[in-house]
Amino acid sequence: MNKRTEAAPLAVFRILFGLMMFLSLIRFWANGWIEQLYIEPSFHFSYYGFEWVQPLGDFTYILFLICGLSALMVAIGFKYRIAILIFFLSFTYIELLDKTTYLNHYYFISCLSFLLIFLPAHRYFSLDAKNKPDKANFYIPQWSVDAIKILLSIVYVYAGLAKLNSDWLIKAMPLKIWLPSKYDIPFLGDLLQEEWVHYAFSWGGAGYDLLIPFLLWYRKTRWIGFVLVVVFHVLTRVLFPIGMFPFIMIVSALIFFNAGFHHKILLFISKILNISKQVWDAKVKTVSAKTTQTFQLYVVVGFVIFQLLFPWRYVLYPGELFWTEEGYRFSWRVMLMEKAGYAQFKIKDGQTGTQFFVDNSDFLNSFQEKQMSFQPDFILEYAHFLGEHFSQQGHQHVEVYVESYVALNGRLSQPFIDPTVNLLEVKDNFCPKTWILPFNDKIIGL
Amino acid sequence: MILKKIFITLLFVTTLYACSKSDDINPEENQDNFDRAEMLVNWADNIIVPSYNDFNLTTVNLISFTAAFNETTTQENLEMLRTVYKEAYLSFQNVALFEIGPAETVRFYDRLNTYPTNISEIEGLIAAGATDLSLPSTNDAQGFPAIDYMLYGVGENDVEILEFYTTHPNAEKNKAFLMALVSNINGLISNVSENWTAGYRDDFVNNNGSSAAASVDKLTNDFVFYYEKHLRAGKIGIPAGIFSNNPLPNTVEALYAKDFSKALALEALNATERFFKGQSFNTSETGPSYAGYLNFLNTIKNGEDLSSIITAQFSIAKNQLNTLDTNFINQINTNNSAMLQTYDELQRNVILLKVDMMQALSINVDYVDADGD
Repeated sequence: MNKRTEAAPLAVFRILFGLMMFLSLIRFWANGWIEQLYIEPSFHFSYYGFEWVQPLGDFTYILFLICGLSALMVAIGFKYRIAILIFFLSFTYIELLDKTTYLNHYYFISCLSFLLIFLPAHRYFSLDAKNKPDKANFYIPQWSVDAIKILLSIVYVYAGLAKLNSDWLIKAMPLKIWLPSKYDIPFLGDLLQEEWVHYAFSWGGAGYDLLIPFLLWYRKTRWIGFVLVVVFHVLTRVLFPIGMFPFIMIVSALIFFNAGFHHKILLFISKILNISKQVWDAKVKTVSAKTTQTFQLYVVVGFVIFQLLFPWRYVLYPGELFWTEEGYRFSWRVMLMEKAGYAQFKIKDGQTGTQFFVDNSDFLNSFQEKQMSFQPDFILEYAHFLGEHFSQQGHQHVEVYVESYVALNGRLSQPFIDPTVNLLEVKDNFCPKTWILPFNDKIIGL
Repeated sequence: MILKKIFITLLFVTTLYACSKSDDINPEENQDNFDRAEMLVNWADNIIVPSYNDFNLTTVNLISFTAAFNETTTQENLEMLRTVYKEAYLSFQNVALFEIGPAETVRFYDRLNTYPTNISEIEGLIAAGATDLSLPSTNDAQGFPAIDYMLYGVGENDVEILEFYTTHPNAEKNKAFLMALVSNINGLISNVSENWTAGYRDDFVNNNGSSAAASVDKLTNDFVFYYEKHLRAGKIGIPAGIFSNNPLPNTVEALYAKDFSKALALEALNATERFFKGQSFNTSETGPSYAGYLNFLNTIKNGEDLSSIITAQFSIAKNQLNTLDTNFINQINTNNSAMLQTYDELQRNVILLKVDMMQALSINVDYVDADGD
């Protein structure tokens, strides 16, 4: 635990991470998504326990501004600890606003920035190091670099393990649905119609996820690993609309390279900025500050243990994970299923029996409606919102029922939620959701 | 050295990426690949454009018969005008589902078929002598529902209706507004029809990619939206009281013509079924379509035979619709459960089209283009 290593890899990681986040936020803003996703909708789907996180109206823009500025401060290493803390809090707050927009990628950013709060990423090649030379250091504890490598490895391996199921491996689903629709991609378009290609992509993807961390850890295979990282992520970027994530993963994978490589990157940056790296290195090397950080180490170890265990919580639930999605999120289950649904809500007067159906577009945008229609916790939350809304409108003895159908990985749609259950009598919690109808098929695997 | 390697790798992949972003695809034929471009050609040349042309002709008739009626306001001319109105309204059902391109630009559907029509607004427009109906606020005082009111609803019986155009103190203004209504429809369809032949047809056919902005994705969304909102809900569900505490018979289509609501619904259902099968306008020939596309994809997937299931459901819904009274108001007031049953059968296909078909075609339902996982 007292082993130390050069600080350069973590410094490069800090710089590139900060810049990537800054660019991602600008892109998000430029696409008009702040308005579309967080300001326009009148109703937002909250995470369980985070109902207090509410949109801030036009101040949401300020939140993004703060988030973007803190990302820049992280990149240049200016007041790093505060900057990364603010980045983590503001970014996570944004993600908690509406679970409609949940992506594993965003969760990954939250995890990474949480981790970075406890890592000495500002000790070298940063404004902080320049301003407070006594805090600067050429070396940092080995574990602080390893922590990032471990988090990346967990993401890949768990994503790979999640693919070890019969739909992915034996039916080549959902790639069999997604790939043929990309017929207009040059060179690949026709190939993507071939069944063997779907299987090759499925098996190749699972193998890639499971093996890539090992290829990157070992020096001899590192370059092959990195080329594979680049090819794989660019391919996914070409095939699927996944935004900045591939580039973030490619940049993150650089952390596996040795310090010498990162010094070259820093030298390159120094030249652009007209800084004399040698002079700085000479100064920093003379400082011998204490490198052990016991408290930080405990937090990081605890976080890694949490990451190792949390994705397995789904085994505590009966029923098919893909169907009920109990324990599906926050588990690195990426691109695993093609799921679509249709949910029509019925408002019933419990005494007179009169009833009517709700037009979902009165309350939700199409993105929210789409996400709601196949995820039970969304359906329940929305049902409670409808119940309150119509009670306030003066309807009496309101009961809310849903008629819903879901199609999973190309199977014919089937009824999803028990239409005889008054959803207002159901409270959301972590217990198994007995009001989800059983899945009439079997998916074998992890 | 290492940086150079990275640079070269990145250069290679960005080139690959840049290439892939370009929208031009080679139109070379490939047998093992369903050709979306051919489907677009079939849609445009055999279905959409001929349907527009047919509708356009019926509105030309509408103008000349309105002119004749305005000149010689007799029972006979009223009846002839009504016949032409019905022909045009029926023909409209064949183009109502194509709210794309020029039609979308002029808000075609909303201006032609927002009902129930707003009588007080119509009266206001007549009094003001208005002929400009382009403001969105006038959507519910124009189009077929307004004509329906003007030809059937302005009096208790035909004698009173004729008086509305003859002895009524505002008779001239009433005639002028009737003319404004039909000219307006004709102007809209001429515009849309001309735009299609003048260039949009080629844009539509050439936009054969797989992005959310590509023709197939857009029109599929429009098609499913039309089926769900305007056909299932508008023609059957809302009047039958699906979305309200009680049935709302006054919200049927062609409220004043009375015996016409079923004919319109049937024509609309037929139009959607034919479009699903890729059937040419006015012939029974079929070309590349959703049905064919689903069959092709099923040769890869070996799943359920979705196109047969959907086709069968179209028949079931049509048979159920056929059992209804020609006047939906009668149907709702005497036996609304038959209306509700029709709604249920139409609803089955909303799920099959919107959930199953769109999943199979890998077309996104949402119009918000956010990132995916």
